[in-house]
Amino acid sequence: MTTLAIHNGRVIDPAQGRDGIADVVIVDGRIARVGPNEGDMVVEAERIDATGLIVTPGFIDLHTHLREPGFEYKETIATGTRAAARGGYTTVCAMPNTQPPLDSRAAVESVLREAEHSACVRVLPIGCITRGRAGRELAPAGELAMAGVVALSDDGDAVADPSLMRHALEYSTQFLLPVAQHCEDPQLVRDGQMHEGWVATRLGLRGRPASAEEIFVARDIALAEMSGAHLHICHVSTAGSVALIAAARARGTHVTAEVTPHHLTLTHEEVAFADDYRHLRYNTNAKVNPPLREEGDLAALAAALRDGVIDAVATDHAPHAAMDKEIEFDLAAPGLTMLETAFGLCMRLVHDGQLTLPTLIERMTIGPVRAWGLDRRPGLEGLGTLAPGALGDVAILDPHAEWTVDPATFASKGRNTLLAGRRLRGRVIATIYGGRLVYETERVVAL
Amino acid sequence: MTTETARAATSATRAPVWHHHDVLDLDDFAVDEIETVLQLADRMREVLDRRIARVPALRGYTVVNLFYEPSTRTRASFELAGKVLGADVISVTASTSSVVKGESLIDTVRTLRAMRADAIVMRHAMAGATYLAAEHTDASIINAGDGAHAHPTQALLDLYTMRRHVGDLRGKRVVMVGDIAHSRVARSDLWGLTAMGADVVVCGPPTLLPRGLRAADRPAHAEAALPPVTIEIDLDRALAGADVVMALRLQSERQEGGLLPSLHEYAQLYQVTEQRLARAKPNCLLMHPGPKNEGIEIAGSVAAGRNSIIEEQVTNGVAVRMALLYLLSGRTESPGGGAGGAPAVEVRP
Repeated sequence: MTTLAIHNGRVIDPAQGRDGIADVVIVDGRIARVGPNEGDMVVEAERIDATGLIVTPGFIDLHTHLREPGFEYKETIATGTRAAARGGYTTVCAMPNTQPPLDSRAAVESVLREAEHSACVRVLPIGCITRGRAGRELAPAGELAMAGVVALSDDGDAVADPSLMRHALEYSTQFLLPVAQHCEDPQLVRDGQMHEGWVATRLGLRGRPASAEEIFVARDIALAEMSGAHLHICHVSTAGSVALIAAARARGTHVTAEVTPHHLTLTHEEVAFADDYRHLRYNTNAKVNPPLREEGDLAALAAALRDGVIDAVATDHAPHAAMDKEIEFDLAAPGLTMLETAFGLCMRLVHDGQLTLPTLIERMTIGPVRAWGLDRRPGLEGLGTLAPGALGDVAILDPHAEWTVDPATFASKGRNTLLAGRRLRGRVIATIYGGRLVYETERVVAL
Repeated sequence: MTTETARAATSATRAPVWHHHDVLDLDDFAVDEIETVLQLADRMREVLDRRIARVPALRGYTVVNLFYEPSTRTRASFELAGKVLGADVISVTASTSSVVKGESLIDTVRTLRAMRADAIVMRHAMAGATYLAAEHTDASIINAGDGAHAHPTQALLDLYTMRRHVGDLRGKRVVMVGDIAHSRVARSDLWGLTAMGADVVVCGPPTLLPRGLRAADRPAHAEAALPPVTIEIDLDRALAGADVVMALRLQSERQEGGLLPSLHEYAQLYQVTEQRLARAKPNCLLMHPGPKNEGIEIAGSVAAGRNSIIEEQVTNGVAVRMALLYLLSGRTESPGGGAGGAPAVEVRP
């Protein structure tokens, strides 16, 4: 029997409505007891002092690119899950835009097998909506469901054909799988490089208008309504999308949504400006799809996250190698590495009063679990909570610790962050997966 | 003494100001730096107009024209500018270089620098490519056009040409007509013209005007992030009282891209014609960055009319590029050779 006792932290477990000083005792990989002084009741335990720190369920990311198989030069399951652990994440849902894409049982099983081998946190694969992510014919959702995928997505590419999207949604209902769509009309964004607006005009870059996202959000909500399927909107980025999702949820449509830390906190100005408006840059690390938007969008996204119109913070962790980013802006790969900075970046919303800490924790733990019904799956009961019997996945956080982002210290192979050299307030101190420490900083004090 | 010569006389007594290591756009040029270029261009124009237009000012200076996009006039203009000043000029085009073998832009620029290129004149179909190059080499990068972003040497030659005719640009109404959204010339001209105090009006159909150019479409803190211009959809209203009109080239792809119903309709609504120019000031200058489509954005009679300075733009382009190459070289001896040449340029880091 192995026992880990986390003493005297402020335990925030939104699923249980708990927020107070308590000890968390994990026995043989599962939560045994949570309560004041519970740790003192166990003998022969490994002990961590969490005085002054926050203790929460391990974070769950609905949107991670682990790049393996096929793009191991960008990231592997081993490095990506280590990055997750450093970010406080104990469960990541792996997007299927690998090579080969996860559109067959064999491909999904190969990821699960590799994860068993080299992952340091839980990997839940997502299967393709269409074969080869080509948007022409359905991928075998039944076979993928049996292999263990937790959702379907062609992420990076929207399913553009409305008829095919309709059928994908209808077909998904028999497996209770969410269909997660990257909403951007490819005909409207064409070869757009960033948010369409005044910064794109300054840079002479082609724009991706907000309407391209909103058109697909509206369309797919209508298709979800007619099919009764579960539509999940990936990385919502505009105020208009928020309004559409809020209205659909008010009507009872089964639509859930996620937002990324970067879309919540950074605007399109990141692409062009560092210090002033006089000197220009073309920062490929700020190139991401959907693009970083405007202040008004950020405010609407934060409010939607606060109000629960958006269920989850998801990282869209998209590691790339230098050769994918140190090229012409038009040729650069979209996306940024995010797992290791997600909590610190989201804490900006807490520090400036837009979100309470328990709400943020909710959206990073039980929020995503409930959005996709992950805890209904065998073996995942209690995911996202610290209830007795639940999985022993815990994050220990210091919401006030300031640190400087240094990409050289990332566990991820991707150094494509926008935050290099910037100060963040809010830091992951330790991550526990299945009762084992998978990440700890020097702040961790053993008792 | 006209205001122009008075101003020139006072500024000639100041030490010329120059801070740039690269010329990427005019958005980071102070007014006194633009003045430095324009005044030196005057001296260069004198050199260019000599019977034997050749001086050794840039002997031993190596200029590489790196063109990823076809160009006749800009490339020839830079080649001649370098050669008149005695620089070694070579040209590399995308089709003959190792670009087709997948060599990255950074590799190419570093390789050229390793061969001791002092300045790289670069044209590229993608916005920002010249900025990427400038970040990765200590050769001077001159932007000869990057996508729809900027064409600063064209803007400087436009300023120079206007100044020769209308003098001080402060308060002058300059109207740019056409495809503003896709025009790198327009973007750079807007910075240069507004810096020099001109009242700039941009005019074109809504499909060819970029988003966010109107100050009201930007947050208050970003007011200075784009040049202050007036936007006018109606060409007749735009032309009223104009001192200078610049027609921009209309690419036929704009019709295929669904931005315009037809070139014919475009010409009906936005062609600069003699009849429309009647609303402008009597001696309104007519400019065009070339190559022009006569009968579409500009009437043939206007392009060849007495107020057209289109051909002079081309000649001045060589002089302005000579001035820029000279300034970037950091050399301080008189480029004209002997008395009457250019004043020494104080080059500051």
